[in-house]
Amino acid sequence: MHNTILLKHIFINNRVHPSVLAVLITIAVLVPILNLLVPPDSFFHLSSYSVTLFGKYLAFALLALSLDMVWGYCGILSLGHAAFFALGGYAMGMYLMRQIGDRGVYGNAELPDFMVFLNWQELPWYWFGFDQFWFAMLMVILVPGFLALIFGWLAFRSRVSGVYLSIITQALTFALMLAFFRNEMGFGGNNGLTDFKDILGFSLQDDSTRSVLFALSAFALAFFYVVCLLVVNSKAGKVVTAIRDAENRTRFVGYNVEQYKLWVWVFSAVIAGIAGALYVPQVGIINPGEFSPLNSIELVIWVAIGGRGFLYGAIIGAIVVNVAKSYLTAAMPDAWLFVLGALFVLVTILLPNGVMGLIKTKPTKQADINGVKPHEST
Amino acid sequence: MVRQLCILIISLLFLPLANGNTRFDQALLDLTQQSFKIKATAVDIISTSQHEKSQLLLQTLLAGDLYYNKNSKQLVTILDSDDELEEVTTKSLLSGEESNGLSDSIIKKVKINNQMRIRIKAALAQFELKHDDPQVRLNAVRNMAKNSNSNIIQDLKAHLSDETDSNIIALIEETLALSVLRFGNEKEQLEAIESLSHTSNVKAKTLLNQIINTAGTEHYSTTIIAASRNAIKRINDTEKLNKSVETLFFGISLGSVLLLSAIGLAITFGVMGVINMAHGELMMLGAYTTYVVQLLMPNTIDYSLFVAIPAAFVVAGITGILIERGVIRFLYGRPLETLLATFGISLILQQLVRSIFSPLNRSVETPSWMSGSIQINEMLSLTYNRLYIIVFALLVFAALIYVMKKTRLGLQVRAVTQNREMARSMGIRSGYVDALTFGLGSGIAGVAGVALSQLTNVGPNLGQAYIIDSFMVVVFGGVGNLWGTLVAAMSLGVINKFLEPWSGAVLAKILVLVFIILFIQKKPRGLFPQKGRAAEG
Repeated sequence: MHNTILLKHIFINNRVHPSVLAVLITIAVLVPILNLLVPPDSFFHLSSYSVTLFGKYLAFALLALSLDMVWGYCGILSLGHAAFFALGGYAMGMYLMRQIGDRGVYGNAELPDFMVFLNWQELPWYWFGFDQFWFAMLMVILVPGFLALIFGWLAFRSRVSGVYLSIITQALTFALMLAFFRNEMGFGGNNGLTDFKDILGFSLQDDSTRSVLFALSAFALAFFYVVCLLVVNSKAGKVVTAIRDAENRTRFVGYNVEQYKLWVWVFSAVIAGIAGALYVPQVGIINPGEFSPLNSIELVIWVAIGGRGFLYGAIIGAIVVNVAKSYLTAAMPDAWLFVLGALFVLVTILLPNGVMGLIKTKPTKQADINGVKPHEST
Repeated sequence: MVRQLCILIISLLFLPLANGNTRFDQALLDLTQQSFKIKATAVDIISTSQHEKSQLLLQTLLAGDLYYNKNSKQLVTILDSDDELEEVTTKSLLSGEESNGLSDSIIKKVKINNQMRIRIKAALAQFELKHDDPQVRLNAVRNMAKNSNSNIIQDLKAHLSDETDSNIIALIEETLALSVLRFGNEKEQLEAIESLSHTSNVKAKTLLNQIINTAGTEHYSTTIIAASRNAIKRINDTEKLNKSVETLFFGISLGSVLLLSAIGLAITFGVMGVINMAHGELMMLGAYTTYVVQLLMPNTIDYSLFVAIPAAFVVAGITGILIERGVIRFLYGRPLETLLATFGISLILQQLVRSIFSPLNRSVETPSWMSGSIQINEMLSLTYNRLYIIVFALLVFAALIYVMKKTRLGLQVRAVTQNREMARSMGIRSGYVDALTFGLGSGIAGVAGVALSQLTNVGPNLGQAYIIDSFMVVVFGGVGNLWGTLVAAMSLGVINKFLEPWSGAVLAKILVLVFIILFIQKKPRGLFPQKGRAAEG
């Protein structure tokens, strides 16, 4: 009974969520058709380059969705979420690397090129199993999830919160970046993993594979959108929102705040990892630069611009900012950082609830949204 | 023959006085012989004789310019030679008498071998020991050390009492010890080993190892070998100690850099509670200010830093005040929003610098008084630039403590931090205090930038490299506690440098980061938490 009310609440009484889903499913079907079936000289033809580019935006949107879960609904500002994204990406990259087989430059069937180059004799133990697709996919979920579990368990248990948590998440991704830059780690060092050939036997260069990957990204985004909606509207989701608005009050009412936080945190990390796994086969490379703190902070601004705490705000923010970035970095390379910087400043001062917050008229107590009490005087 | 007999008779007459001369003359004759052994003995005799010409003779011999007349057995130098007539003009070395038109077949060169060359150098060194220039004397002792025979022990011992230069005394003592080891009796040898164990000389180590390797043979007694073992152990210990002192020094200098970059943040973040992600870019502005100051005064680079420090303070400070008045004052009490907005500012500042100065690194010159190093001992030398950075960091720290604890501004800042409402009702203009405090923190970041310009490349990314480290230091030390920042910076710097030889630079950094992440789990408020009763904050 409760479930039907919930579903009705989400999909019938609300006009936004069904339209978001409809758009996602439409493009998942339409884009491959426009790319594969419409002749190249037609006005409606979509180039493979655009398909891959949009596919990338969708992976970013999924990442933004995952951040919105922790920041928008639980008030945890993670400045290291790109770490989970990159870890998922690396797990996928390792599978793709093993798929190259003896088609690499050195023709070694067992070892990836960079290991041959470094004179390694055998595969490190942590590379075993990555020739199996199912194992790699398991790792896409388990590795970010496990890291989040350990990190979150330590951090929430000792009640590290607010700014401190943000800074140590940033330190986490920074440390991972430094670690992955080391050749000794066995993840390709500076160059990362690249030169991928095919996935499950389908060539990554084929238009059809690219279209399928795009459609998969759109479906994954739609799927997790629904999952997140169900989560935030569930009873547990309400507790999480309560933690965001008044952590101590929730604790004193009798909820185990740390458990809820940890649960949302791990859930969010897993989604971020999946986004990374969708991102890597489309762009064809994963390197330690993905761990850079700047990436994580850029992610935060996508969500901030779209508006946190709406789910679709994060998706729209990610897509709008990335489209603007692609356009500006090509048209006016010097201007991009000015624009991005100005966006940070203006959005935080003028639009505390993002663009979606402007459109949506529902009044929110903006000072409470990040779980920090307003300053006594200001 | 008759002539020699005459000389013999005359010299016998003046026996006490001329005995040396006779031997000297005999040695001169010996030099014309073929055997190197005889010639080598002759060199020894000449060098120990007090004859006025002996130094000149040896120098000429070493240079290969010494010849002798086959007929008269006189030692000569060639003044002029005529290849066509095959005639030469010679000058006698002793009497100075010149003779020309001699057939070059009767003039022969006095040949020397390497063995003799070393002896001659050592012999000449004795003369040079009395030279006025300490550098010449130092070289002389080195030359003597190369040809260690039992004679030099006496010479060096004799010279030691006259010597004033401490470097030369140390070298002489070392050389003496080394020679005694070879030529002295057992008691002397033991003393020598004892004195060698206080040196850090590679040669001493080799020699002692050689002695130890002869264990079992009859060459050295067991006491000597045992003493040598102890001595080597002591030398190794000294080396280890020096290495540790050096690492400690590197650690403290890294700690000072961390302190400089974190201390401004300790004010803005620690005291005001503002997360300033643009802090690194304020340091970058300071570094670029140094660059511009040097462009403006290219001929007086040595003094440029004294201009750059106040200039950087003003530039970064004013920028900071602008940031505070323009952005941050709207965001007090919302730390996460402040973080995002200031991050945006950092991107704008980076791009601004990139547009004005190009994305390439700019080179900032080091004043001459900052280059070079102090030699503490043979194994340990401390570079001036690191030394000055340490001193500078501590000065800045002291100045900041003074401002916060002893001035009116400091008092007001602390009042506003502790209770804004109360402070305002006491007549403190809190907005004005906020702006000045933020300006102070930013100005110090600019000053840190001047110091960094002497250590790393000055480029648009300079700030990013330090921002995470700076936050780590402030959080580790305990927010709002300046002394905590000092302790945290120094300990992180030292830990990092002690890990480095064992793990490599990058891994050391990762380990320190992981350590801090774990540490914060244990003590979320840092090393020295601020006392308070708030349930959250």
